[in-house]
Amino acid sequence: MTATTAPSTPDTAARAPTPQRRRTLGRPARAAIGFASGALLLFALAPSVLSDFRLSLLAKYLCLAMVAVGIGLAWGRGGLLTLGQGVFFGLGGYAMAMHMKLADAGPAQLPDFMALYGQLDELPWWWRPFASPWFALPATVLLPMLVAFLLGSLVFRRRVRGAYFAILSQALAAALVIFLIGQQGTTGGTNGLTDFQGFFGYDLDDPVNQRMVYFIVAGGLLLLLALARQLMHSRYGELLVAVRDGEERVRFLGHNPATVKLVAYVVAAGMAGLAGALFVPAVGIINPALIGVVPSIEFVVGVAVGGRAVLLGPVLGAVAVAWARTSLSEEFPAAWTYLQGLLFVVVVAFLPGGLAALPALLRRRRGEVGT
Amino acid sequence: MLADHGRRRTALALVLATTLALAGCGSKTGQNASAVGASVDTSGDAVKVGLLNSLSGTMAISEVTVRDAILLAVEEINAAGGVLGKKIEPISEDGASDWPTFAEKAEKLIKENAVAAVFGCWTSASRKAVKPVFEENKSLLFYPVQYEGLEQSPYIFYTGATTNQQIVPGLDYLKSQGKTSVYLVGSDYVFPRTANKIIKAYAEANGMKVLGEDYAPLGSTEFGTIVNKVKAAKAAAVFNTLNGDSNVAFFKEYKSAGLTAAGTPVVSVSIAEEEVKSIGTQYLADQLTAWNYYQTTPGAANQKFVAAYKAKYGADKPTSDPMEAAYVSVHLWKAMVEKAGSFEVEKVKAAADGVTYDAPEGLVTVDGATQHIHKTARIGKVGPDGLITEVWNSGAPLKPDPYLKGYPWATGLS
Repeated sequence: MTATTAPSTPDTAARAPTPQRRRTLGRPARAAIGFASGALLLFALAPSVLSDFRLSLLAKYLCLAMVAVGIGLAWGRGGLLTLGQGVFFGLGGYAMAMHMKLADAGPAQLPDFMALYGQLDELPWWWRPFASPWFALPATVLLPMLVAFLLGSLVFRRRVRGAYFAILSQALAAALVIFLIGQQGTTGGTNGLTDFQGFFGYDLDDPVNQRMVYFIVAGGLLLLLALARQLMHSRYGELLVAVRDGEERVRFLGHNPATVKLVAYVVAAGMAGLAGALFVPAVGIINPALIGVVPSIEFVVGVAVGGRAVLLGPVLGAVAVAWARTSLSEEFPAAWTYLQGLLFVVVVAFLPGGLAALPALLRRRRGEVGT
Repeated sequence: MLADHGRRRTALALVLATTLALAGCGSKTGQNASAVGASVDTSGDAVKVGLLNSLSGTMAISEVTVRDAILLAVEEINAAGGVLGKKIEPISEDGASDWPTFAEKAEKLIKENAVAAVFGCWTSASRKAVKPVFEENKSLLFYPVQYEGLEQSPYIFYTGATTNQQIVPGLDYLKSQGKTSVYLVGSDYVFPRTANKIIKAYAEANGMKVLGEDYAPLGSTEFGTIVNKVKAAKAAAVFNTLNGDSNVAFFKEYKSAGLTAAGTPVVSVSIAEEEVKSIGTQYLADQLTAWNYYQTTPGAANQKFVAAYKAKYGADKPTSDPMEAAYVSVHLWKAMVEKAGSFEVEKVKAAADGVTYDAPEGLVTVDGATQHIHKTARIGKVGPDGLITEVWNSGAPLKPDPYLKGYPWATGLS
């Protein structure tokens, strides 16, 4: 994965200008090759070498990577420290989970947990639209985008930025969690929504269908990467970086930085929403612990580990962190949290550009030795 | 540039086409699912079992003791020759106090390690998260903690108390002591909220007044307001479903507000010997607890259990109800396997009904219909030495009734 990703690194990404490496292939051609190899890796190699269980874990990692793509855009390119992406991930996840719960229950029936904890006679009004896939599916993406739009319009116009923006994002994540836990009868409380039988009529117990979910997730990730790349290389992408590096200058040039930031924020929210929606069939649970303050920070940590400013850095980081979490906790069930912490410290201290900066760093080292 | 766009579009179309093509092959819901369930690896001279407990995070302090108790049982069984001639090989995984992690690790134990059974989980949320995993793979979970009832999974054995073996006797005891009003205090998650629903239904049918119901977030240490409300309500007793650290702050505040065990006793359902130690005996003296086992429970089986536990883990380590239930669950599984003559899940399940074990808490019997066990309810009082002594028991093991079908006031709860 790493080798194929390096070519798509846009030169605008690095804050400090680095000497240009000229390649014979043009940038778009390299990107196309990158995507093709990514698709090959995800669609052909991974399914053939991984067991069903490992493949379903990979599907989970790729969902987290989808959130990371959005953070890479908003934070890496736009400088917006989005410490509350759990909210959008959660909105997308809960929208999908509500639909799946209703589909499992069948028409005019209450989802199992509601009968158990809620003692309701009928479905609450805000659950009803989710019975229709035509509402629920678009809602997984549009609902987070709407919330991000409302919040972003308020915040960016008032020029709230930096730590204040991060604190606000965190507060929103905390508020959503408190709401979900408090409304146990209608949201499942700390348990969250779990125990799904089917996904649009397909039995989720069937390994073939689990594989199908993996392919949908992998396809979704590639789509989001294509979208992010397109945005980064457009005029808008240049503007976004300009806003990050000199907001006042952009303002004086006649652009409205608030709008530029808003677009990145809303797009990142939509990506997180889609990730949450696919996470539910892939993992089989969504609960408040997945969307609160801590997981929101973990999303950003993954991006930092991978390298926030390049297209594939966040994806690599998110997958690497999630994979390390699984394998460390399997190998050292009692001590893995320390090792994970150590990993973060080492990467941030010695590789501030993240894992994505590793090849360039090695090349530079080798170059220095050579000369 | 244009040509390249075309190429990328082709690539994307290819991706989508593959996705859609692959989407057509699985079985639909309602069809006879092709899942056959996980197989148990019995090839070697050892049989693997999974231990699924939080070894990190907020629940670790409680769940590590449960894991230790399971390991003690495994060691004892291996020393006595194992199960069906095979030694038990425990494989421990960390649930990390995080419910999706529990589900992931459960799947790993079943699919990668082909374990014969899994022992563990503590919180109801973690049990709810792993329940579909065990049902989907047709594998067994032994759940050792008292819980809120209203559940009966075909692939879970519940060796802790259900509500009619803990909460209802606790309320009966308060009633017998002439307490006519209670105040409910709990942590904000599923067990306290569901338990309080049951308590309110009981109170209404038994002429008891519920004077208030308050929840604190898990881990909260801010109890000034709640304790003042309890005091102002002049409740005759408090029913406490707080979990973990919150109990420390609650009982400190309770004492400093001038409330005492003699005047307004607190019945707790999540405070066992281990927690008494960390809260501090001076704050808990003479308060009540409802469980099925105490370290002080008389009997040779318990003396042996306590001695073995202390010999393995240290003389200062107390034994508690969830630890005992976890320890018992391993022995019960062994008895079921031996009765079935096989490690196969369906055969073990079929053999489960009527299996008994001379447990530290007394003789326990598996109820095959509910997959819960018959347990004696015990109300205890915290002593100055930090140990809990029994003040009342139900006399005989109570038949498990997870849906409270035998209680007219409970209709409409499930």
